[in-house]
Amino acid sequence: MAEIVLDKVSKRYPDGALAVSDVDITIADGEFIILVGPSGCGKSTTLNMIAGLEDITGGELRIDGQRVNERAPKDRDIAMVFQSYALYPHMSVRENMAFPLRLAHVDKETVNRKVEEAARILDLGQHLDRKPGNLSGGQRQRVAMGRAIVRDPKAFLMDEPLSNLDAKLRVQMRTSVAKLQRRLGTTTVYVTHDQTEAMTLGDRVVVMRGGVVQQIGSPQSLYEQPVNLFVAGFIGSPSMNFLPATLADGQLRTPLGPVPLTDRIRRLVESSSAPREVIVGLRPEHFEDASLLDEAERSAGGTFTAAVEVMESMGSDKFAYFLVEGETATSAELDELAAESGSAEMTDNGAQIVTRLSAASPIKEGDEAEVWFDPDKLHLFDPKDGRTLTHTG
Amino acid sequence: MKAVSEGKKAERRLGLWLCAPAALVMIAVTAYPIIYSVWLSLQRYDLRFPAEREFVGLANYVTVLSNSYWWTAFGVTTFITVVSVVIELVLGMALALVMHRTLVARGLIRTVALIPYGIVTVVAAFSWRYAWEDTTGYLAQLFGDSAPLTQRASALAIIILAEVWKTVPFMALLLMAGLALVPEDLLKAASMDGATPWQRFTKVMLPVMKPAILVALLFRTLDAFRIFDNIFVLTSGAQQTGSVSMQTYNNLIRGLNLGVGSTMSVLIFLAVAVIAFLFVKVFGAAAPGNDGGKR
Repeated sequence: MAEIVLDKVSKRYPDGALAVSDVDITIADGEFIILVGPSGCGKSTTLNMIAGLEDITGGELRIDGQRVNERAPKDRDIAMVFQSYALYPHMSVRENMAFPLRLAHVDKETVNRKVEEAARILDLGQHLDRKPGNLSGGQRQRVAMGRAIVRDPKAFLMDEPLSNLDAKLRVQMRTSVAKLQRRLGTTTVYVTHDQTEAMTLGDRVVVMRGGVVQQIGSPQSLYEQPVNLFVAGFIGSPSMNFLPATLADGQLRTPLGPVPLTDRIRRLVESSSAPREVIVGLRPEHFEDASLLDEAERSAGGTFTAAVEVMESMGSDKFAYFLVEGETATSAELDELAAESGSAEMTDNGAQIVTRLSAASPIKEGDEAEVWFDPDKLHLFDPKDGRTLTHTG
Repeated sequence: MKAVSEGKKAERRLGLWLCAPAALVMIAVTAYPIIYSVWLSLQRYDLRFPAEREFVGLANYVTVLSNSYWWTAFGVTTFITVVSVVIELVLGMALALVMHRTLVARGLIRTVALIPYGIVTVVAAFSWRYAWEDTTGYLAQLFGDSAPLTQRASALAIIILAEVWKTVPFMALLLMAGLALVPEDLLKAASMDGATPWQRFTKVMLPVMKPAILVALLFRTLDAFRIFDNIFVLTSGAQQTGSVSMQTYNNLIRGLNLGVGSTMSVLIFLAVAVIAFLFVKVFGAAAPGNDGGKR
């Protein structure tokens, strides 16, 4: 159990490339914290610096108040789970899990007891004498977890531990990782590129981009109050819709038509000295099929009419994709997100809008449909630096 | 087992046809000489007395195996093989680790390290001979006025030195391929688990690269057992430094005794086969990956 403090921690490679820049995070004792971001954002480097596998070139890392920058990994009392599991192929499951204890010269009886206990928690009892080569992906993953927990370390570090599992198993293991962490109450730093994992697992999530921390907060606060375009676009699936807009005369001119500013938004915009040209962000769930709403609800929001390009029915609700003609929102953050998800240049003559409609909606693919949206839920961003203009702090 | 389908059968037949040319060449250049020398080894056949050629069964084998010269040569060969391969393994591993970890001038260092292996053995052997020759050799002079090549122990040491010098790079190259098989994550995991660098090497690296080490050892042992050129140039087998290959050469080529010479070469062939069998069956079966039960 330990508190881990990253105090302006930086990593600069000998060739001058800055991989991680001034990361400030205080991880409370027992906390489950997620580092998330696209590949190359510095999340794994940060984790490796906590582990001691990479040198820290600036700032200070403290575990339980003690500076550990110069300590070798084995002297930090931290266990790590790797994406590749890194199981020793020549050792049985039992020997793999016992390895850290044997190196620490723990007596045989204690080793056996701890290994058996970990095997029971992870349901590996009947596999103890098998070699990793004969185990399934999920079992290997559990052995890797077992090797970490037998030591009862100060903290767990997990580097994309579920990425090599197939989708169904991943969801299953996600729950068991969360349960295990809660049961053991060990401080855990977890790296992933998958925002769903980040949202579902962590007490707090750290969103990183280009070696810089963008925002730290609970999953819900990141979702509801993203501080910039990058966080807004990265968190949430399907992701937030972005459209260019112009602020003038107390209303927004958007490709969806003019949108009146609600009092709440107007106050926020005024206090943040917004420019004329902005980017509007709207989450898919803040749209609805207009035909399902009564007159009072409809008039409280905006509406637009467009043809449904694609309709995906999920059973519980429906995702309708519209093409809104006109300009698309552009900014460095959005370009990066598009490149990451591989969706760059997919729409050529307009912006695609994803909406989540009630399952009761009769709209079909190809229909011209009238869609309602909630103008009080929209986010405004400055296209130049990506910062939010509607942050309530 | 399910019956093999028609398509599979055709595919297998095509496979055999495609292998046939290579198999024929193999039979022509290896199987035929082997069988022919086995045939010769069963005959009394001395080119000085060609008229006395006759089939004598295993008599040649009795002659060779009851001869003290053969057993001396066999002992010398085994000694050179074991000592040089052990030294080569240790030095080769060290060199492989250095080459694997080198960050600067990688290509240059690897090329330089490989130079000894690129030099023709006989050429290298001659330069070793000049270096150790009494009165003129620059290395011999370091040890005072000695003639190391004329004494058995020092001559054997020099033969081993020449062998080691030449084949360490080869060993290092094979081992380096094995090092590349050890995932970086495994070593990182070991250091997280509390292993010191030495423990990482002995408890993780060596066991994981064991198959590569065995292959390297097998190649080198087979090669070392057939040692000829270094001994031929350095001592010509004087002072009981001759290997079994030297004995074979002396009987077969110099003595023109095809029967006894062939017997010796067949015995060398058998010894090499036994070594290969031991490596593959005894050590190879325990290689990680093909988990044959207990460890």
